[in-house]
Amino acid sequence: MELSAYPLELPPDDRPMVRFMNVTKSYGSLVVLDDLNLDIQRGEMVSVIGPSGSGKTTVLRMLMTLESINGGVIYIDGKPLTHMERKGVLVPADEAHLRRMRASIGMCFQHFNLFPHMTALQNCMEGPVQVLGLSKAEARDRSEELLKMVGMIDKKDQHPSRLSGGQQQRVAIARALAMRPRIMLFDEVTSALDPEVIGEVTEVIRRLVAEHDLTMLMVTHQMGFARDISDRICFFYKGKIEEQAAPEQFFTNPQRERTQQFLRAVKDAD
Amino acid sequence: MWDFLQTYGGRLAEGTLVTAAQFALATAVALVAALAAGLGRLSAHWPVRAAATTYVEIFRGTSLLVQLYWIFYVLPLFGISLPKLTAGFLSVGLNVGAYGAEIVRGSILSVQRGQWEAAYALSMSPWKRMRRIILPQAIVLMLPPWGNLLIELLKGTALVALIGVADLMFVAKQINGSTFLSAEAFGTALVIYYLLARVLITPAMRRLERSMARRLGRA
Amino acid sequence: MTFDWKWDFVWEIAPRLAAATLNTLLAAGSGYAIALVLGLALALGQRTRWPALTFILRETLEFIRSTPLVLQIFFIFYVGPQVGITLSPWVAGMMAIGLHYSAYLSEVYRAGIEAVPKGQWEACRALNMTTRDTYARIVLPQAVPQAIPGMGNYLVGIFKDTPMLSVIGVTELMQTANAIGSETYRFLEPYTLVGVIFLALSLPTAGLVRLLERVLRRKLGM
Ligand SMILES: Nc1ncnc2c1ncn2[C@@H]1O[C@H](COP(=O)(O)OP(=O)(O)OP(=O)(O)O)[C@@H](O)[C@H]1O
Ligand SMILES: [Mg+2]
Repeated sequence: MELSAYPLELPPDDRPMVRFMNVTKSYGSLVVLDDLNLDIQRGEMVSVIGPSGSGKTTVLRMLMTLESINGGVIYIDGKPLTHMERKGVLVPADEAHLRRMRASIGMCFQHFNLFPHMTALQNCMEGPVQVLGLSKAEARDRSEELLKMVGMIDKKDQHPSRLSGGQQQRVAIARALAMRPRIMLFDEVTSALDPEVIGEVTEVIRRLVAEHDLTMLMVTHQMGFARDISDRICFFYKGKIEEQAAPEQFFTNPQRERTQQFLRAVKDAD
Repeated sequence: MWDFLQTYGGRLAEGTLVTAAQFALATAVALVAALAAGLGRLSAHWPVRAAATTYVEIFRGTSLLVQLYWIFYVLPLFGISLPKLTAGFLSVGLNVGAYGAEIVRGSILSVQRGQWEAAYALSMSPWKRMRRIILPQAIVLMLPPWGNLLIELLKGTALVALIGVADLMFVAKQINGSTFLSAEAFGTALVIYYLLARVLITPAMRRLERSMARRLGRA
Repeated sequence: MTFDWKWDFVWEIAPRLAAATLNTLLAAGSGYAIALVLGLALALGQRTRWPALTFILRETLEFIRSTPLVLQIFFIFYVGPQVGITLSPWVAGMMAIGLHYSAYLSEVYRAGIEAVPKGQWEACRALNMTTRDTYARIVLPQAVPQAIPGMGNYLVGIFKDTPMLSVIGVTELMQTANAIGSETYRFLEPYTLVGVIFLALSLPTAGLVRLLERVLRRKLGM
């Protein structure tokens, strides 16, 4: 599909928070995502599951604009993210456009990626002060409130090296939220954690789902957790969405052969 | 530029030959000194260790130019008069050898423990163990840093011009003094040094690294 | 002239050598300051979006590293006036040493920057930080501690290369020793003292750098 065929903006009555439209991503000759179409509605929590290498992380990284895409367009709240309007047609976005659009998206990583030379509080204040231009006092209030929410307020002056994995991940969530994103991305945020601290991180995400009006996209290997909190499960297989459904439907009555195989394999591993 | 090369090319070539000779002789001195001092610093006998350490610290702790002047102007007062050619490559070689000794020592120490223990288990004599088992493996490790060190050695030879050795640097200075064609004289010399380093020394070291690795069955 | 060490003579020339030592330290310090700043600029210059610039910088730096500093000193000192820039020996010398060592320091910075994990860059991107803020606030504060041992070694290196400035008449230690020698025809004491002064200054500095390296390694958990 030609770029000129894509709408400059989605119509008001059809504006999901996120829309992947015919998105293709490849590394050299390796096609990682093939003609992906995926909508995420405002306030929806979507969990992405699938075997290793199926392209789950890539979906999140494209949305965070950490990766460029090779075909198609991603829209955020009806406006193109990966492209921008030039003389009536879409062209690949420049850095300024990406910066503007990126402001509504936040991301948490598998390995936290906290800044090691800053305390928990400084990590949270960095974005609000440097990027949003908040005063130190405002940023501190906002950050302390979030650190309270994730249960890390008493460790706010510790450097990441002094925190456990679970604690670091909770700080990382607070840091991302401090930017007031409308969309939050979680990439296997519990995969690098010891089993006994996984709960403290999932608990925070549960509260986010319950108390905030965030649109969330989460890659996870924890089937039970995904089933509990998601509005929809999206199963990826070899760079395509093999099946998607509400959690009840998905886990009790999967339609596709590959989904059934995957769920059986996961269950056996437990 | 073309005129300049036609007029002075011959002299620059002669200077380059002297530089090449100084480089070759200084390299030989540096290798011997580095191996002796590097092994010496690992010796079980403290006088040997002390001597090696003193050599390394003195030559690394002062400047090549200071060493060169000392060897050329002060040593004669102790009854050791060296011709300037000899004083030149000897100073450069001894200076670089002190840095090389640290490379030798470091690479011997980083040969895996298991190799030492295996040689021990074969009840080899210490000397045999070093020569037949440890050194061959250490040499592969030390070649890459020696490649860089030899570039430094080549650069170091430029200082022998200051005691009157008619090397490339000396010729460039002379041409500059008599013609004031500074850019041409010094520029050409810079390019020649660069070519010696990048076209001769570096590729030769790469080839040596590959062939040593192959001999140890690692390539 | 035979070997006879004269202490009177030593005391006589000590003040001149002390003053020259200060000049040597000043030369090393200013050369180092130039190299630190220029080296960082050259390291960052290799990370722009223009591959041609990266290529040109890499090759130029390779050239600077592969050719003798003493020749570069001559080149800058003598070619400057020919293109209309007359430089004092001090200025020409500082420029040459600063440029020469910036080529080495740029490699130290480059390695430090490359050692910062990719995740740090991605976190900055996810927080929508500008490239400038990413370098200034996140990457360089992590890269510089990594680079400090290398930076320290080149400080010692610059210090030991300052005698080359004597070739264009900068009155540092070597030049002063040469002058004393040609005035008095005594070389033993001045040259030996210069050697001792270098040893006395560079050995402790090198030791300090090693200590700093160990402390840093422990602090950074490397
Ligand atoms: N930078 C890259 N260069 C080349 N190939 C890549 C790159 N990043 C990812 N890939 C490939 O893209 C495919 C999808 O990777 P992705 O990380 O999205 O998988 P995933 O579903 O997140 O897997 P996992 O569960 O192991 O995290 C894989 O085959 C991977 O090898
Ligand atoms: Mg992944």
